Amino acid sequence: MSQTVISPSLRATAAGVRVENVNLAYGSNPVLKNVSVEIEPGEFFAFLGPSGSGKTTLLRLIAGFNKADSGTVFVGGKDITDLPPWKRDVGMVFQSYALWPHMTVQRNVAFGLEERKVPRAEIKARVAKALDLVGLGHLADRRPSQLSGGQQQRVAVARTVVVQPKVLLLDEPLSNLDAKMRVQVRRELRDLQQRLGLTTIFVTHDQEEANTICDRIAVMSDGVIQQVGSPMELYEHPANLFVANFLGSANILDGSVLTEGAARAFQLTGGIRFPIPASASVPTDAKLVFRPQDASIGSTAGGGGNALSGVVMHREFLGSVVRYAVRIGDSDIIVDAPFRSGDALYEPGASITVRISLESALWLSS
Amino acid sequence: MALAIARPLGRLLASPGQAALAGVIALFLLLFLVVPVTTVIYVAFTEKGTGVFTLINFVDFFRTDLFVNAFWNSIYVSTATVLVASIFALPLAYITTRFSFRGAVLIQTLGFLPLIMPPFAGAVAMQLLFGRNGSVNLLLDDWFGFKIGLMEGLNGVVFVQAVHYFPFILVNLSAALRNIDRSMEEAAQNLGCSGFRLFRRVVFPLALPGYVAGASLVFVKVFDDLATPLLLNVKDMLAPQAYLRVTSIGIADPMGYVIAVVLIVVSVLAMWASTLTLSSKDYATVQRGGGGLAKRTLRPWESAVAYCVVGLILALVLAPHLGLLLLSFATVWSFSPLPDAYTFAHYARVFGDSSVYIKNTLVYASLAALIDVLIGGAIAYLILRTKLIGRQGLDWAASAALAVPGVVLGIGYLRTFYDVPMPDGRPLATFWMMIVLALAIRRLPYALRACHAALEQISVSLEEAAENLGATKMRTVRRVVVPLMTGGILAGFISSFATAAVELSATLMLVQSNSDAPLAYGLYVLMQSPAGRGPGAALGVIAVILVAICTFLSHVVIERSQRAKGALH
Repeated sequence: MSQTVISPSLRATAAGVRVENVNLAYGSNPVLKNVSVEIEPGEFFAFLGPSGSGKTTLLRLIAGFNKADSGTVFVGGKDITDLPPWKRDVGMVFQSYALWPHMTVQRNVAFGLEERKVPRAEIKARVAKALDLVGLGHLADRRPSQLSGGQQQRVAVARTVVVQPKVLLLDEPLSNLDAKMRVQVRRELRDLQQRLGLTTIFVTHDQEEANTICDRIAVMSDGVIQQVGSPMELYEHPANLFVANFLGSANILDGSVLTEGAARAFQLTGGIRFPIPASASVPTDAKLVFRPQDASIGSTAGGGGNALSGVVMHREFLGSVVRYAVRIGDSDIIVDAPFRSGDALYEPGASITVRISLESALWLSS
Repeated sequence: MALAIARPLGRLLASPGQAALAGVIALFLLLFLVVPVTTVIYVAFTEKGTGVFTLINFVDFFRTDLFVNAFWNSIYVSTATVLVASIFALPLAYITTRFSFRGAVLIQTLGFLPLIMPPFAGAVAMQLLFGRNGSVNLLLDDWFGFKIGLMEGLNGVVFVQAVHYFPFILVNLSAALRNIDRSMEEAAQNLGCSGFRLFRRVVFPLALPGYVAGASLVFVKVFDDLATPLLLNVKDMLAPQAYLRVTSIGIADPMGYVIAVVLIVVSVLAMWASTLTLSSKDYATVQRGGGGLAKRTLRPWESAVAYCVVGLILALVLAPHLGLLLLSFATVWSFSPLPDAYTFAHYARVFGDSSVYIKNTLVYASLAALIDVLIGGAIAYLILRTKLIGRQGLDWAASAALAVPGVVLGIGYLRTFYDVPMPDGRPLATFWMMIVLALAIRRLPYALRACHAALEQISVSLEEAAENLGATKMRTVRRVVVPLMTGGILAGFISSFATAAVELSATLMLVQSNSDAPLAYGLYVLMQSPAGRGPGAALGVIAVILVAICTFLSHVVIERSQRAKGALH
């Protein structure tokens, strides 16, 4: 896609989305539990979660394909909870793209404008503009089956944005593409969203996709939004164990919080104790959580304080870092050690000492 | 040197055993399909007696008012049947697939019932119900003082054929509607499309291939059908004309052959037109991430209307079954809405002196079905598992039988095998085995499809594993392929059997004596006379039950084999 100046005809007025206290169950199986979330106008927002977390259900609810048992959905301040899908003006790009095989690319893209009774000449101009926007102007007369996966995806995007929806919904738009296309297309999507100024909601189970292109992310699990924040906030300050574990890798150690006067300490199930920094806020049923790069590995035994002795189980050489799996007492943890050429590596079976950087450690409950 | 040649040849031709098998099948198809049909075409284009190429027979055909009339009548009846059948099938298919509708499965099953009755058997029952002096018209005349000419002339044929053949459209259209990915529909709704516009712009175009497939099948079947018009005493249509020409004037008269060629041409054109419509549009609607059309709940008044429509259509299309059943128990049924009294005598008579028909049918249909699955299975194996040169040719030849009307095949057999004497001096064409072979050729395309589908589902690696453990090709086929294909083969056998049991068009030409006649022929003969109607109806009921049991069995077999395969994964 080239950086062309977008004419006003494709630029929509951005609208925010607000979901309030939505509940939805399939039979007796609750899929969304009291979900509330607010998406700012013009924001690129992600629903991120494993399969079965309710993220696609929530997206389809905003599009009007699922009906909430209770709760309200607002788009641009207007209550759309009871509107049918075809009156919502919320554009959706389907995971399967859902291009109609009996129509050409051009007819597919024109469809929504025809439904809106837009004059013929204007339809022609806007379809051409939308196809140029995604770089497929030259394929207007092809059938969807004659296009590659990436091209089909762009047609699906063009078909949706051409009607200037208030919000753009993307349901796992990269899942049917190969790895290389994925990186390219996600950049294009971000680029397009910026140029059109469209409020966009993106559903994905891939944290890397969400981190690289989204302004903010709602992490979902079991029909509940666990946390909302920017990618960095979520990584640095996860609200609970699920978020810490789902975004990046994390070591989680079981134990209990002990209070001795003003000082607090964390005692691992094995008996080892760590002092808890005074500034840290620690819930009573907390576990000790730290990232693999927030620990260091050394051969010297002892040292006390936050040092733990363990045994190297196996190691993976990843280039700039060496990833060690270490057994400490009953638990296995992962430690990433930076690698410089000439460094000696620890062999599996070697006894070592692990030091955890407690300033960057987290005490989280589930 | 010999080795150097044998190697590449061996790779191309597969094993000698497979090549021999292909040869035998090719010979069979050549003798019993290609030669008879070519003979028909040859006779149509040559001068009687001299064998010189000529178009004079066709000029004669188009100069004879009777034939031109018959041609247009056949076109009219086929087209009108497609229209009327669509009117029956569209609401049923749409309502049962698009809405959560109680009894959808029952409706689909009942909608399939007309197919399991020979159409000409239903014809008599329908005349009693809807004819000029049938039950409906007698009641209408009594109550309102008018009659409806539903069963008059060509329209009677249209009505009977539409009632019989509409399931082809129903089944194909329903399957197509069910295969449409839900996201196709949702994408349209998302862009502002709903209601009837949604149906017109997205749902129906996507289901069109299924509709066209069903409609073209109906067109061809009706165009080639012989027995129904004859039974309704409509003679000025093409297929009946071909039959009458050959049976009354003799097999030397070229006109029968010309009509046969016209029948083939129209069949091929109709099928070609339908494949053309389908292939020009690439409808790969089955995609990832969806699951059939969304089902909508009906509002109470919509539901009431839907049930009325469905009820009316079902009553209409199931009327022949009811009529036939009543007739088989009736003492006298004439000029009255219902029979005068009831009796079991007809069944007694059928099981007495007419039981030879039933016995013949069982023998002919099982032999034909056996030949079909053997040849169909072998062709499927050669196509999918070998690189034999010309294996596609076998597939095409076997499938080409679809385009050959039964009456044409019958004429071809008569002409080709009449001059071949059997050891006892009688012509080969009068041998009952010819009926079996004609039935087998007619049903082969269906059995081939069933076997092809069954074999396609078996992963090649299962066979490679057997070969890897030391089994030869032959033993692999016996120990791995055939057991895994059993479900498909059995289903193919049963459906071939069931349809062969009620087939009449080729049989009508080939049956030479009553003792060789199958059930459908006996039924046809009995139905000609008022006194034979009762026993004829009883025979018809037996045929319906026979086919119904087979259909049910094949359904069970397919279900079970699918479940067994599902358990493996």
